[in-house]
Amino acid sequence: MSKKNLIGLIVLIAFLLVIPRFFGNPYYLGVLVWSGLYSLICMGLSLFMGYCGQISLGQAGFYALGAYGSGILTARFGFEPWPALAVALVACVILALGVGLPTLRLKGHYLAMATLGFGVIIYVVADADPFGLTGGPSGFSGIPKLSVFGLALNDELRWYYFVWATVLIFLFFLLNLVNSRVGRALRSIHGGETAAKAMGVNVAKYKTQAFLLSAAMASVAGSFYAHYVGFVNPEPFNLELSIHLVTMVVIGGVTNLWGAIAGTVLLTVLTEGFRTFFKEYRLLFDGLILVVIMLLFAEGLFLGAAKKVAALVARASCLRSRRRPGASTHSTGNPEAAS
Amino acid sequence: MSTILQAISLRKNFGGVVALDDLSFEVRAGEIKSIIGPNGAGKTTLFNIISGIYRPSSGRVRFEGKDVALLPPHVIARKGISRTFQNLQLFANMTVLENVMVGRHPRTRVGFWRSIVRFPGVRREERLTARAAKELLDLVGLADNAHRAAATLPFGKQRLAEIARALATEPKLLLLDEPASGLNVRETEQAGRLIQKIRDMGKTVLVVEHDMSLVMGISEEVLVLDHGRRIAEGPPREVQKHPEVLRVYLGEDFHNAASAES
Amino acid sequence: MDPSTILQYTFAGIKIGGIYAMVALGFNIIYNTTGIINFAQGEFVMLGGMFMVTFSRIMPLGAAFPIAVLAVVIVGCFLERATIWPARNGSVISLIMITIGGSLLLKGLAMKVWGKSSFPLRHFSSEEPIKILEATIQPQTLWIISVLLLVVIVLALFFKFTLTGKAMRACAANRPAASLCGISVDRLVLLSFALSAGIGAVAGIVITPVTLVNYTCGSMYALKGFAAAVLGGLGISTGAVVGGLTIGLMECYGAALPFQGASSYKDGIALLVLLIFLCAKPSGIFGRAAISELKRF
Repeated sequence: MSKKNLIGLIVLIAFLLVIPRFFGNPYYLGVLVWSGLYSLICMGLSLFMGYCGQISLGQAGFYALGAYGSGILTARFGFEPWPALAVALVACVILALGVGLPTLRLKGHYLAMATLGFGVIIYVVADADPFGLTGGPSGFSGIPKLSVFGLALNDELRWYYFVWATVLIFLFFLLNLVNSRVGRALRSIHGGETAAKAMGVNVAKYKTQAFLLSAAMASVAGSFYAHYVGFVNPEPFNLELSIHLVTMVVIGGVTNLWGAIAGTVLLTVLTEGFRTFFKEYRLLFDGLILVVIMLLFAEGLFLGAAKKVAALVARASCLRSRRRPGASTHSTGNPEAAS
Repeated sequence: MSTILQAISLRKNFGGVVALDDLSFEVRAGEIKSIIGPNGAGKTTLFNIISGIYRPSSGRVRFEGKDVALLPPHVIARKGISRTFQNLQLFANMTVLENVMVGRHPRTRVGFWRSIVRFPGVRREERLTARAAKELLDLVGLADNAHRAAATLPFGKQRLAEIARALATEPKLLLLDEPASGLNVRETEQAGRLIQKIRDMGKTVLVVEHDMSLVMGISEEVLVLDHGRRIAEGPPREVQKHPEVLRVYLGEDFHNAASAES
Repeated sequence: MDPSTILQYTFAGIKIGGIYAMVALGFNIIYNTTGIINFAQGEFVMLGGMFMVTFSRIMPLGAAFPIAVLAVVIVGCFLERATIWPARNGSVISLIMITIGGSLLLKGLAMKVWGKSSFPLRHFSSEEPIKILEATIQPQTLWIISVLLLVVIVLALFFKFTLTGKAMRACAANRPAASLCGISVDRLVLLSFALSAGIGAVAGIVITPVTLVNYTCGSMYALKGFAAAVLGGLGISTGAVVGGLTIGLMECYGAALPFQGASSYKDGIALLVLLIFLCAKPSGIFGRAAISELKRF
């Protein structure tokens, strides 16, 4: 682990420990629990999008599979929560393999559309109430609480610690992954598939692995969701959520796991904080974010904006000292343009 | 010298366009062989077939006696064929060093689960990978640029970085696609010396190149293609005088004039 | 099931399939000139319906039709200039996200302008069903079929006989080469957006009397239209029509399958077909894999 990431992790942990002191109110903690759940999904998505250069528009489907899988197994078949989570996870990964294996060999658009279609199918099936399992549009409740090491997660504070501990564990693993041989291979796929193949990288294999990991993380988040809310219905898992998740990753910068978390928390907190505004303007907001960031800040809002500001400052100081002509030659080139 | 690569009746068409037409040739281990020919002669298509990016429409490629034409590119790379690209394909999202480290991929082993947990063995391999990559950057003379973003390197240095990256896979056969294109005279000379150095390391080098001084200076053998066919093959001096080659390169009239003179 | 019921479902399938076919044609036109899948294609359909509803309140249908189409064409051009054009050299992933963003923007704007309710539109001619062999067909279905035919014929003539159409075909076959021949690819991209926005709008206008229109209805049309395009082979016009009609028919027959709640899975059928084709034969019924090998995406 690089020093930068290690410091980042420590700062994040300290931050997470301090927050409940200032925002102990269950409502605020609840917002942070949601941020944590979405962060889990978005970290996986960031790995797949930013490091692999692929796009999945079906994460809401995997999230739904986790939620429904855990919900149905515990509430209807009397499973214990953890085995239920495991079963849902395995089922989700198998389905992801079914979708990913053929389409990941194809070019970018096909996978996007296949995952999009997959997400909608999951939604349609959940809505159609097959065998009376999903409860149709009105969903079903009676999902038991989750307990960890005998400790029941029965209040917001415990959920907060639990979800963010999970986020940290995954973040730690993923940071290891991206800074390794495998991570380099993934990034080389983003950098140029042909060259990656010629360098001996089994592109299809790595894409599939990253896709499965992102599906698995969404499934875990879905299982947590089911136990956290205690109730599952199809509505939250619609197409818009899949796109919203992509937006969260994009706002933080697709090529950066830290950015994914920051973007997720930012958007979740904003959405909650300005609920009435977002009820009316969420579509426009997401749309604008996607277009503007893709056009102007390919590295995400944080890094991209920081670089733009730095460039502006440098240009301003350059103008002030006019005696050094041409001192600033800033490359604002899009790093993706070459791919 | 033994044969390392053998192309047998290679044919490739794209729709109605024939890019390679019944092409056969051999490359001997340890030599520098150049492939020349006018634009559209099928040189890059040939490289794409040897490296597994395209599949031939028919015909075979044998590398060290084994058929490789239908293998996927990453397997071919593992078997010991590596390449550079005419239109520079460094990974723009990485540093120069990281680019070369990607080249170590087929010679390193840490997989998904081991890298997630990062056992000590993983770190050791990582250090070895970085060291090997740095040595290669030394070899091509890019040691000072190791931590620069690959996309910011000047053109000539990007070509060198590609060579280093290709060497990192420890190829037995190295395919260089126009290593001198876009380079100035001095850089071209350096590239020529580098290619010879690579050959002296015991590797076989197959070069597609337009720069005749480079081709004639370093190659043991030259293969001339036109419209996907072999029109001449042999040592540089012989090929230079070959009437077909003169015709293709200098046009019909010159050829007639030349043969009238002789 | 008796023959008249089957015929009844066939009519219903052709009706909705005609719409998917037009959406698929729209996808193909943009895909052929740019290599992009325009995720906002469904929004053109929605906007067509919306504009038509609005204009039909103040003028006869015959006048509202072309004006509504024109309005959507302008939106399409604007979308291209504002979002696609600046990113024309971007990566696949950024172009995908930009068209998704564009679709969200159009959807969000539609919600602000027209609100969240669904709007009806009066049928083009009488609503009196016409009896054909024991089954009945709505006159609007005949409208849809004729409009689809008209669109196909006009497109075929355009691509075959006009210079611009030929240029677009050249561009589809080989973009760099077309550009070298002096074809302004830039203008063709704009034109292809205008054209496919227009076709989308036409589809939206003719279907609205049957299904109503609201700001969210675009995504489903886009998904199913894309399924139709893939089924027939992405980029192939005949394929789009065959694919659209096939998917429409499958949906309607599927909804009639004799098990409980079959109709609630209706929306999943097109997507299942899409997934199956992506897995088994991504080049579609009429496509050849060798061609897609040369495409940028």
